[in-house]
Amino acid sequence: METILLQLLNGLDKGSAYALIALGLTLIFGTLGVVNFAHGALFMIGAFCAVTLSRLLNLSFETVDPTRTDFLGNPLKVKTPYVEAWFGPDFGHALIDWSVPLAILFSIPIMIAVGFIMERGLIKHFYKRPHADQILVTFGLAIVLQEVIKYVYGANPISTPAPDAFKGSFDFGALLGFDPNLIIYPYWRLIYFGFAAVVIGAVFSFLQFTTFGMVVRAGMADRETVGLLGINIDRRFTLMFGLAAAVAGMAGVMYAPILSPNYHMGMDFLVLSFVVVVVGGMGSLPGAVAAGFLLGILESFASMNWIKDIIPGIDQIIIYVVAIVILLTRPRGLMGRKGVMEE
Amino acid sequence: MTKTDLTRRRVLKSGAVAGAGLALPTMFTSGAYAFTNEPMGGTVTLGFNVPQSGPYADEGADELRAYQLAVEHLNGEGDGGMLNTFSSKALEGNGILGKKVDYVTGDTQTKSDAARASAKSMIEKDGAVMITGGSSSGVAVAVQGLCQEAGVIFMAGLTHSNDTTGKDKKANGFRHFFNAYMSGAALAPVLAARYGTDRKAYHLTADYTWGWTQEESIAAATEALGWQTVNKVRTPLGAGDFSSYITPVLQTDADVLILNHYGGDMVNSLTNAVQFGLRDKMVNGKQFEIVVPLFSRLMARGAGENIKGILGSTNWHWSLTDEGSQAFVKSFGTKYGFPPSQAAHTCYVQTLLYADAVARAGSFNPCAVVEALEGYEFDGLGNGPTLYRAEDHQCFKDVLVVRGKENPTSEFDLLEVVEITPAAQVTYAPDHPMFAGGALGECNAG
Repeated sequence: METILLQLLNGLDKGSAYALIALGLTLIFGTLGVVNFAHGALFMIGAFCAVTLSRLLNLSFETVDPTRTDFLGNPLKVKTPYVEAWFGPDFGHALIDWSVPLAILFSIPIMIAVGFIMERGLIKHFYKRPHADQILVTFGLAIVLQEVIKYVYGANPISTPAPDAFKGSFDFGALLGFDPNLIIYPYWRLIYFGFAAVVIGAVFSFLQFTTFGMVVRAGMADRETVGLLGINIDRRFTLMFGLAAAVAGMAGVMYAPILSPNYHMGMDFLVLSFVVVVVGGMGSLPGAVAAGFLLGILESFASMNWIKDIIPGIDQIIIYVVAIVILLTRPRGLMGRKGVMEE
Repeated sequence: MTKTDLTRRRVLKSGAVAGAGLALPTMFTSGAYAFTNEPMGGTVTLGFNVPQSGPYADEGADELRAYQLAVEHLNGEGDGGMLNTFSSKALEGNGILGKKVDYVTGDTQTKSDAARASAKSMIEKDGAVMITGGSSSGVAVAVQGLCQEAGVIFMAGLTHSNDTTGKDKKANGFRHFFNAYMSGAALAPVLAARYGTDRKAYHLTADYTWGWTQEESIAAATEALGWQTVNKVRTPLGAGDFSSYITPVLQTDADVLILNHYGGDMVNSLTNAVQFGLRDKMVNGKQFEIVVPLFSRLMARGAGENIKGILGSTNWHWSLTDEGSQAFVKSFGTKYGFPPSQAAHTCYVQTLLYADAVARAGSFNPCAVVEALEGYEFDGLGNGPTLYRAEDHQCFKDVLVVRGKENPTSEFDLLEVVEITPAAQVTYAPDHPMFAGGALGECNAG
């Protein structure tokens, strides 16, 4: 029972990341009709926004401490962050400690700008091209972006910890009447799950309850007719690309303490997120979210030792097996709409 | 419609000319050269095959820095580094056998096929007489096999699997770096002394040659001291989030988690384990402990604070105070501004050892080099007295047991040496079962 509860929590957590990326992917596909293979790179850039802000806040000046020596035997140069000198040691330290949550604010304008440049600068030229061309160009773009990140930040993962206040784990077991320390779950992962729920809710509310969202939804259903009404749907779709980039970026920022950012983390998530979109149904936002959580939980359960003892390697293939079964029984995915990618 | 005037006779004639053309280089080389890529001019070319892209690119960059430093020192430039402390005085700072050392580089990408292709290109196109480098056992085994076939020497870089000098050993291949067995033999007594002999270990293991041999070595060494192995779970390479592998540990009565992971996997699995509160847990009335048998300082940076207090082993560390280590750290640190990694150290030493073997043999002939290195004992290169054992071409030297430092003074000061395990304690018989199944074979001069 405890194992099942723990793996369920794990699955919800993984599912949150899949759902956030898949949400952006399907938003772009539903509005612009583009299969964006560079979307994982946006997640990765988001994580590196957290790294960048952390490094900016850690920018330091050096003072020489003659009482200590460095590895070459020279007097040690002690680094003091500028923020600690400017705002006092306590507040400066708190700013550095809270760099990941602060990076959300830092990342939103950057990600919208990256999304805007990506869409206006490259992807819009491929709207009328076949999906194969779109996949090739966005895949190429993803590789370029990850190589740029590797050039700037190096190939090794970079530790980006959560604030001290969120280190440690929450004892679920004690709450549910189990023995203490039996079902514990890290605070930051719980926050990630809550954060994902808020972002997903906000995106749905935006599309459902605002005039802008209504026009976008109308454009997704029938772009031509909305255009004939004199509405510049392309501009709105570009903004949606920026929004999708911001969602992926924020997902990346918050994931940085869970997985030390590295240049290929986007590619690792991209393939699974695509499976999520296809299983959920191309262009279906609720489908992407539902499939994200479903596959995250299934993947988590398949990692249980007794299941792997029965079917070795099942944790590696479960998502693809489920995808095949769902596509065979429901060819449009769980919540796919008729006519999407079927012409 | 274009008309072609191909005839059977013309095709045969063209084929014969092309065939003769293709055979020409081999016809000449077989007569003119005594062995593959015999250096004929005033220079000798070495091939540095390191990961310049892919997940181990930073480690590869550090290896390359060390190689460049070694070339400088061999050619008599710079401060000479460990040439000044090396027990052999055959090298005079005038290149190798009077030939200026030149080098070419290849990118292994940490992929066996790419590593073989770049090594092949350096041998065939650039005339490299020796190949060295790498940051993965899969790559080392693949390139070692290629060098054996091509008739050049392979001086392995960072490779820790038992197989490199075990079932996959080759006469033309040599490893200075330590191996998984040695990690187990060095670590187990320290673990028993600090954590007691009544412990239950849970292994998470990277699912490839290095992970398997390390798991086997550590489990055997700890079980010999009374520990029980509760479970051995294989994890896919690059799993990313290890939470679903960590949570089952909470459900067992294991009180030690052994992470047979390297690189990004090590960073992620250790970070996840700490996040799940394993280090704060009490099991069987004992403090839960995590062990990372193979530590790398470059990788440890990615794990940040999570490595504090974690025990592991390493081949070399810049904080060692022997003359050789200090000379190398001074050379490297002055040139690049930071201390070298263990990967840089082993690559630098391998280059010097090759050059020295050529100088002592008086020839670049791979078979003469093999003879000079086999059974060779040396000192002054940072690991104390060391033997290149003839039976398997493995170096036997002291092994360092290290621990993540609690209060680092700089971004490089991440590990502290807690014990230097003497070479005798990590030495095993050449026919040890963990290394069985292969044969060195005959040296190949091409």
